[in-house]
Amino acid sequence: MITLLSTWTFGAALGFVAIGVFVSYRLFSFPDITTDGSFTLGAVVATTLLVAGVDPVLATLAGMAAGAAAGSCTGMLHALLGIEPLLAGILMTTALASVNLVLLGRSNVPLSGVTTVLDRAEAAVLPTARLAGFAAAEAGEAARLAFVLLAAATVVLLLYAFFSTRLGTAMRAGGDTPTMARALGRNTGALTVAGLAIANALTALSGAIVAQYQGFADVQMGIGMVVWGMASVFLGNALVGTVRLGGALVAALAGSVTFRLLVAAALRAGLDPDWLKFTTAVVVLAALVAPRLVVRSQRASAAR
Amino acid sequence: MLELADVSVTFSAPGGPLVRAVDGVSATLSAGSFVVVIGTNGSGKSTLLGAIAGTVRVDGGSIRLAGHDITRWREDQRARLVGRVFQDPRAGTAASLTVLENIAVAACRGTRAGLSWATSRSLRHEAAARLGAIVPGLEGRLDQPIGSLSGGQRQIVTLVMATWRRPELLLLDEHTAALDPAAADRVVQATARVVRSENLTALMVTHSLPQAASLGDRLLLVHRGRIVLDVQGAAKRRLSADDLAERFDRLRSADQLDDAAALTLAERYA
Repeated sequence: MITLLSTWTFGAALGFVAIGVFVSYRLFSFPDITTDGSFTLGAVVATTLLVAGVDPVLATLAGMAAGAAAGSCTGMLHALLGIEPLLAGILMTTALASVNLVLLGRSNVPLSGVTTVLDRAEAAVLPTARLAGFAAAEAGEAARLAFVLLAAATVVLLLYAFFSTRLGTAMRAGGDTPTMARALGRNTGALTVAGLAIANALTALSGAIVAQYQGFADVQMGIGMVVWGMASVFLGNALVGTVRLGGALVAALAGSVTFRLLVAAALRAGLDPDWLKFTTAVVVLAALVAPRLVVRSQRASAAR
Repeated sequence: MLELADVSVTFSAPGGPLVRAVDGVSATLSAGSFVVVIGTNGSGKSTLLGAIAGTVRVDGGSIRLAGHDITRWREDQRARLVGRVFQDPRAGTAASLTVLENIAVAACRGTRAGLSWATSRSLRHEAAARLGAIVPGLEGRLDQPIGSLSGGQRQIVTLVMATWRRPELLLLDEHTAALDPAAADRVVQATARVVRSENLTALMVTHSLPQAASLGDRLLLVHRGRIVLDVQGAAKRRLSADDLAERFDRLRSADQLDDAAALTLAERYA
């Protein structure tokens, strides 16, 4: 029971990465490698501040802000200096590797004896859960899951609202068709910077929550996160089908939880954990190639 | 009013020669005039339009529009004064956004976008009225992705978007060239109607001689980056597609002559 709950919590916490990747990759067609670096950055900033005694909510928000800054930098490399999206992300992530190591001081810092946002959530819910007859361990895990899901729901609602405003709609237009947005007076470079700031703030939020959930930050923890996010977006899309903005945001989140559950099942069935990232990459590759194969076979059958 | 003063645009291919795509063009378009621009491929007419829209950097001369010197304005800044319709229907609309969302973006052209809701009830009503008046049935498709519309319908929506807020200048860059004849005809009629009813200043590039003959109150023929023919008033009204075809042929053969002469010279001195 606890393992299953914990899989859900982890999947939902990584769902912020999926939503971030949805914003950068789907709305802006920007394959943003910064994701790997900003995930770690969020974890590292939150952890460092927590260890220094800063309030956990503030520490988490600071991690988010750091991610936004990293995303803006990638956006500016692209918009102001004309660096290609992939290269801009690679440069930023490489630079962030040093930043993360310097901030953390060493490659791994535990959060033992520190109150995290998840501890706060647990403390708030525990008395009620005890009354309801839950065992303490299960109630605590359920509280952590409830907190992460609540945070995810808030983020989805806020993003949906933002992307329905004039500015948010202009942003989506700029990501979809830059020529149109510029012809209607929008500075597409600035919109891209803002979009990547949002995407990486979400990714860093995910890193901050994951670090607090697992009880440590590690400079390696962001590796492969952009691919994880893409896999979740594709999987969510496959689950929910083609939907409008609100549905797509929920789908990204659902994709992340589902993917985490699938991974847990695969591990239980005997998949060597060392092959996890490889498997994720294969899933993304399959999702990228499958639509083309379908189109080709449709053409072939139409030609017959 | 649009004033072009000695506008030049030079392109340089890496390692190649400099090309004067627009070569010192001066022209004044009075407010409310509908000017049609024609020219052969590579004549510089599209580059001239790009120079006015801000997509092409001008390296000489100045461009004034409605009292502003816009020569150094960015493309998105010029959009405050300029509405545009492109040749490619996909370039002027965002496919994944709904028809209404596209119009919402156009409704705040040249203003701060801000955090108010993009698609208000009043915008929906106005969009339904304006679109339905041109293409009956379109008012019922406001919530569909604009990518699901046909090319002709998308160009009509783009035209409505470009003129949603009255522009000081409407730029039409071969905006019917990608359409089938029937759709092109509908877009042309919608264009003529909106330019007339809103008394817009418009600049239209076209490859279609019938369009060039029948539309607008002034015609410019661009060749090798210069305006070589400027017909307005009564003379423009009398101008037929045949007259234009003849002028075109003469320019083309003159070009061939030049090429042939160059070849002869090269052979003699090589």
